[in-house]
Amino acid sequence: MIKGLTIIGLTLAVCAGTPASGSDWSGYISGEYRYFSHDPLYPEQRIQYWSLATQPEYYREWEGGDQSFTFTPFARWDRFDERRSHWDIRELNGYWNLDDWQLVAGVSRVFWGVTESNHLIDIINQTDTLEGVDGEEKLGQPMVHGTWTQDWGALDLFLLLGFRERTFTGESGRIRSPLVVDVDNPIYESPRENKHIDYAVRWSNSYDIWDIGVYYFYGTSRDPRLEPGVNDEGEAVLIPHYDIIGQLGLDAQVFLGNWTLKLEALDQRRREEKYAAAVAGFEYTFVGVLESQVDIGTLVEYSHDTRGNASTSPFANDIFLGMRLTPNDAQSTELIVGLVYDLDYDGEVYRIEASRRLFSSWKISFEAQTYSGIDQRDPLLYPVRDDDFLQLDIAWYF
Amino acid sequence: MKQLLVLLLMLVTMTAAAETPEEKGLRIAQEADAYDTGFTDFTADMLMTLRNKKGDESIREIRVRTLEVEGDGDKSLSIFDRPRDVKGTAMLTYTHGLKPDDQWLYLPALKRVKRINSRNKSGPFMGSEFAYEDLGSQEIEKYTYKFLRDEACGDLQCYVIEQYPAYKYSGYTRRVVWVDKEFYRPMKVVFYDRKNELLKTLTNSGYQQYLDHYWRADKMDMENHQTGKSTTLSWSNYQFKTGLTDRDFIKSKLKNYK
Repeated sequence: MIKGLTIIGLTLAVCAGTPASGSDWSGYISGEYRYFSHDPLYPEQRIQYWSLATQPEYYREWEGGDQSFTFTPFARWDRFDERRSHWDIRELNGYWNLDDWQLVAGVSRVFWGVTESNHLIDIINQTDTLEGVDGEEKLGQPMVHGTWTQDWGALDLFLLLGFRERTFTGESGRIRSPLVVDVDNPIYESPRENKHIDYAVRWSNSYDIWDIGVYYFYGTSRDPRLEPGVNDEGEAVLIPHYDIIGQLGLDAQVFLGNWTLKLEALDQRRREEKYAAAVAGFEYTFVGVLESQVDIGTLVEYSHDTRGNASTSPFANDIFLGMRLTPNDAQSTELIVGLVYDLDYDGEVYRIEASRRLFSSWKISFEAQTYSGIDQRDPLLYPVRDDDFLQLDIAWYF
Repeated sequence: MKQLLVLLLMLVTMTAAAETPEEKGLRIAQEADAYDTGFTDFTADMLMTLRNKKGDESIREIRVRTLEVEGDGDKSLSIFDRPRDVKGTAMLTYTHGLKPDDQWLYLPALKRVKRINSRNKSGPFMGSEFAYEDLGSQEIEKYTYKFLRDEACGDLQCYVIEQYPAYKYSGYTRRVVWVDKEFYRPMKVVFYDRKNELLKTLTNSGYQQYLDHYWRADKMDMENHQTGKSTTLSWSNYQFKTGLTDRDFIKSKLKNYK
């Protein structure tokens, strides 16, 4: 983190020398309400929660966008869940476009992947689990990232300077395990702890109807093992263990008419163990159904993890069925409904996400999740079986 | 000598008469295409105003960059500034003739570049009355043609040509286009849906000439006769030959266009 910030300082110093061709603030302020339909299982939890969040972004560019500076802080204040009141620097970086090379130095975010239900191979940034159950919100990662583009594709080289620990819900928050995670005392495999420098290399290219990417990552696992332990106050907690891993990842997509076939796969070495995981599926789109402007996409994805029941992922042997409704209207309405069915324990998780623009700069989002038939033996879902919820979020964009 | 002249005249008349309406339609399309070739690249700002039946308006602001590609469709980049909730969204398109375009969309909230299945171009662009197929580069092989008639269009003289989409999955059976005879500028386009019923009318106005040659309309009004909705595109800040290259139209740069 310190190194990252030093780089930012240098970036600023260099950029400040030339006149800017454009600069501006944008972002959002939002209010969120969450309602859990069952009484809580653990004493400190509640039925209703509400919170406020903001994510402004400052952007300034030089040389017609060939150099730029981006600063994106994020903060949430939660009325009841102390640990969910948190802030982060999502982005603070300088960007240089040098013809065949592009360079980003500072705190940044990178997403890899093609599937909808399981973001399996995405690894550069740590997940901000406080922000949502879908794992799509990420913490800013200090890095130096170079992209070299040639006719044979793009080569991305990463030096990841310092590690970000995963965020976890506290005692008063819902959708958590019976024991809270002690985020103050993580255990690292590396003696350099959170200062271990990780690296990653990725090649990607598009060939006609094919999109393909392959990467290798070496460094601290973003996904900790949670082991029972005792915290400084002598209470039983879960201690996150961050191992050093080597991971090979693959993502591929092929477009065949209205069909899109998708695959993500990884092979990971962690201590003496080795495992593989994959998610594969398709999306079929009905374009302009019944002579309207509405598109309906149907999604089927299967996830597998060779660790089976010992997996740290909820997608060890699961099928996802989903439907995406896109009316293509002026308010950019979107609706996605889905079901994840666990083939090992027969449990089902249903989920709805919908959003729509209001007036010119407001957006309303709705999210709901419900659990059904969760088995006592399911180690990840049984503790949250009563955390069915509805969530409403209203955001103003500036 | 006199006989020879008569013979020659007859020959010329016969050749002209031998040009079928289909051939004449194609020839005019080729001449129009040849006229606009060589613009190399351009950048422009587009203000899109959507109007529903009640007259409620909503706007989109989009920066457009286009690179001419010889022997294929153009490459284009659209960067969204408004509405604010989609600011930073960028769309990269490699248009092609008969085969589907390649298209990628960058979603800034997720930092995700998503490839779009673009086989079907009949869908609306950003909820507007313009379909993707109306906005893509107009390659000759995308249509078959038929010359209908000469007709006055405002103060100008126009060719009226019927065009039939040659690519699959178009939303139209045909389009009727009025192009002016002097500079081959499309002045009006009437669209007929898959059932061959009147669907939309596009009216282009405020043509300006750039680099003493290339004409672009400042205003494009699309009216949907079936829904009563309409969309106006207002163009500004047109700049040609800005020095854009293939390297400015790559997927890995999408997240850095803001």
